[in-house]
Amino acid sequence: MALADVDVVVPTSPDEALAAFGDGKDVTVVAGGTIVLPDLTAGRLRPTRAILLARAGLDGITRDGGRVTIGATTPVSALEGGDEPLATAAHHVADPEIRGQATVGGNLCAEASADAPRGDLQAALIVLGATVRSGGKGGERSEPVEDFLANGAGRLVLDVSYDDVARQTGYAAASRPHAHHYTILAVAAAKRDGELRVAATGLGPRAVRLTSVEQGGEVSGVEARDDALASAWYRSRLLPRLVERALADLEDTG
Amino acid sequence: MKLTVNGVEHEVESHGLQPLLSVLREELGITSPKAGCQQGGCGACTVLVDGEPRRSCLIPAGALNGAAITTVEGIGTPEHLAPVQAAFHEHYGSQCGFCTPGFLLATHALIERSPGADRAQIDEALAGHACRCTGYVKILEAVEAAVGGAK
Repeated sequence: MALADVDVVVPTSPDEALAAFGDGKDVTVVAGGTIVLPDLTAGRLRPTRAILLARAGLDGITRDGGRVTIGATTPVSALEGGDEPLATAAHHVADPEIRGQATVGGNLCAEASADAPRGDLQAALIVLGATVRSGGKGGERSEPVEDFLANGAGRLVLDVSYDDVARQTGYAAASRPHAHHYTILAVAAAKRDGELRVAATGLGPRAVRLTSVEQGGEVSGVEARDDALASAWYRSRLLPRLVERALADLEDTG
Repeated sequence: MKLTVNGVEHEVESHGLQPLLSVLREELGITSPKAGCQQGGCGACTVLVDGEPRRSCLIPAGALNGAAITTVEGIGTPEHLAPVQAAFHEHYGSQCGFCTPGFLLATHALIERSPGADRAQIDEALAGHACRCTGYVKILEAVEAAVGGAK
């Protein structure tokens, strides 16, 4: 890779970041860098143009008007000790040094690699009913996190937000053999005003809602993937146990 | 762009997407941060960025304009070792030495942040650091002595 040919922009405001991103064509966005830099170093990624978001003013957590808003470049470490089940999901990401560098927006946008799914926080954001605000082609857009995960490729995440209300929450994850494993499988649950939401991270390339469980039934209608971390066989057998544990954790917080 | 390393300001010319690790090793000739896995997984390239332990292989140079970087050379000298360096020396916390700079800086930051940290806090702080000599028993003895001595 001839790095010298790559144009690098370091915006100093959200507007500058959006202007530099444009319609998102041929742009490599670097937030924390914990996924992009290894790909660059190993030659798996050959950008033509890059935007470094470190100084774009997209970080920080605010509570205002009944909403919690988390800026795209807020480090994963800033979620620890905050709202559940996001706080526990964040604590399961890598080690404290990586968590201080990795960002919420980066984790949300990380596509599954051939080796592992990578969106450790996705299930927790889904059960919180989070909304993703993004920019790019067609202008600014806000949508539920599930819709963003399905259709958000090529967008620049600005922030993620959810209602600042009391919930019962639960979280259960497969133990990791090493701190740097991506989440093998994790289940997040949240109950608000009697409405239960349950989702799994690690089952497939992106987190999925477990609607049959939300309706009081067994796990059904989801498929597990095979990859370097675990087999589909293992994941499909582990999933009902993690659902039980997450729901028990949720009842404990009641 | 400007980068302060161990108190000395440098005008850096590396490309903005070069990892800090290669800026330090190749442009500035500071080789204590080790190029291990270069994928964020081993901890050997750890430096302090504005006082926080970070993987220098994961941070693009362009994001660091004006930052203050500290490597092991910046926390003590051969005549006046930092407490963590003295403890590693005393307790033989280094075997081949490749992982040592990362362990030293992570422990140094832990002592600054949480003097008297307990074993669980130590395990958490060092979770991202691998020693392929598997010298963990000696390393942890050294870390516990350094952290205990800082109480």
